[in-house]
Amino acid sequence: MSVITVITAQNTPHGYLQRQARWHPVEIAFWLATLVPFFLFPSYLVLASQIAITALFALSLDLILGYAGIVSLGHAAFFGVGAYTAGLFSKFVWGEPISGLILGGLMAGIVGYAASFIIARFRHLALIMITLGMGLLLHEAANSASWLTGGADGLQGVKIWPIFNTFRFDLWGYTAYSYSLVVLFLVFLVTRRIINSPFGLSLRGIRENSVRMPALGAPSHAHIRKIYTISAVIAGFAGALLAQTTETVSLESIGFQRSADVLVILILGGAGTLYGGLVGAIIFMVARDQFSGTTPQFWYFWIGMLLIAVVMFLPNGILGGLKMLTRSWRAKFSRGSA
Amino acid sequence: MIGPVIGVLFDGFAYGMLLFLLSVGLSVTLGMMNFVNLAHCAFAMLGGYVTVTLMNNFRWPFFATLPFAFLAAALVSVVFERVLYRRLYRASDLDQVLLTIGIAFVSVAAAAYVYGTLQQPVQMPPYLRGQVTILGVSFAAYRLFLVAVALLITLLLVAGLEYTRFGAQVRAAVDNQRMARGLGINVDAAFAITFALGSGLAGLGGALAIDIVGLDPSFAFTYLIYVLIVVSVGGLGSIGGSFVAATLIGISDVAGKYYFPHLGAFLIYLVMIVLLMWRPAGLFGRR
Repeated sequence: MSVITVITAQNTPHGYLQRQARWHPVEIAFWLATLVPFFLFPSYLVLASQIAITALFALSLDLILGYAGIVSLGHAAFFGVGAYTAGLFSKFVWGEPISGLILGGLMAGIVGYAASFIIARFRHLALIMITLGMGLLLHEAANSASWLTGGADGLQGVKIWPIFNTFRFDLWGYTAYSYSLVVLFLVFLVTRRIINSPFGLSLRGIRENSVRMPALGAPSHAHIRKIYTISAVIAGFAGALLAQTTETVSLESIGFQRSADVLVILILGGAGTLYGGLVGAIIFMVARDQFSGTTPQFWYFWIGMLLIAVVMFLPNGILGGLKMLTRSWRAKFSRGSA
Repeated sequence: MIGPVIGVLFDGFAYGMLLFLLSVGLSVTLGMMNFVNLAHCAFAMLGGYVTVTLMNNFRWPFFATLPFAFLAAALVSVVFERVLYRRLYRASDLDQVLLTIGIAFVSVAAAAYVYGTLQQPVQMPPYLRGQVTILGVSFAAYRLFLVAVALLITLLLVAGLEYTRFGAQVRAAVDNQRMARGLGINVDAAFAITFALGSGLAGLGGALAIDIVGLDPSFAFTYLIYVLIVVSVGGLGSIGGSFVAATLIGISDVAGKYYFPHLGAFLIYLVMIVLLMWRPAGLFGRR
């Protein structure tokens, strides 16, 4: 990787970040393609909205796992906090969706900020166990507080008003998908900006060598706390979106299964690429929609097989594999033309 | 007055012994190779299903099935170790977590496919079913048997690790793997054998667990969490640590469910997080 380079205007750190931040035509095509369901699959808009929410959740995990290298087995905790906050807010205060969404993100962010002080101190098995334990703890809390959350029956009585008092949440999911997609896109813009900033670069440094970064003047712990809180806020947004678009919150939204699923989704797509979680969410959700109708309990057989295959053969996920393919094609092509 | 307290303590201790059998193998293999094996309880589940199959389909007595539960889990695990795990010893935690969670998913689905999702019924032999009264307090015979087996195995493990050549090699590899290699110890072989032994013990634990906690395909994940708690609280690579942690977790879980039923499993998770924050390497861990 390391080649001796002459420092020119293009080769300064700023030049590097600017080049990284430039929009690739494939990216623009990807976001245009997210509009396709409106025209081609109008009967699948409910699923499309679920995909957008899952993609948002995977994006939040990508920030800490793909960029800062924090393995979390309990990320659904923040998703659940966001979902319950938004659900309870609409039930007891008012049903205006935007304020509920922001409050859901805020609550998750507060919990995430408190947790980040613990997270930043640990690595390896202790970290995995602590994230797992915190996820289970919140799951138990939601389960025990059934007078508030409805426990295993789920939170009932969530009523969401039309967005801006005009767009009613319809049965076909037009509003739900538009709403989720807009939130996903806006959050994506923000995360893309974060990743292509000096802060994002130092996060990658922490992932590669967390001992060396403080020596270079980048405080690892403070950075981890920051990105963990941001990630928790985004997970809270995703949870709030799910609560608002489905008008219910189930205990499953805070469970271990969801934490494991989002990890699978991100790894499948490719961690540390921003788009990995989005691509993973599309593949995972569509496949589950297709397969689980026939044999719901065997769905995890194939997920497990896929995980083993990805770890063994595609270390950077589907996007990483695609990138390798295009690179080798390009190399072959340029050699052929030269 | 004192009867119920002793009863709860004893039940907790028996449960803790079960957790110890399930987790001791993982603790030692984690200490040796730092390999995060989330499929450990899948091997335990395998042992449980071997016992169920032999008892219900082939009418074997309960005791005769136990060695086979051990052997089946040990053999299958060593195949996985040689084929898949070996390639990931130097990979990141994340890759190890993903691979082993994938194996656990597959095992759950396979168990559901073969045996269905219901709890497996087994008939224990009559002499293990009743109650035994000692000094006016009655104990479940099966739990007494379980405690005896676990204590016997602990003694064997400790003696084996302290007084045999192989045990010394394992201890050396846990302490400092590179140094052990430098001294000419075949760490890979020692690890494969330890892995097989540990998974075998888990398989035995899975078989012994049927009468106490039941057996269904979700076993691989439900008890994985308890096992991980025991391992991380006890400290990696420490048999004594696992023993103490398993006893602690077992008693506090049973006592918590008995005295504060509305809290559920809340107490256990809280205890684990607080303990880990206090000592990230576990109670008896050295790293």
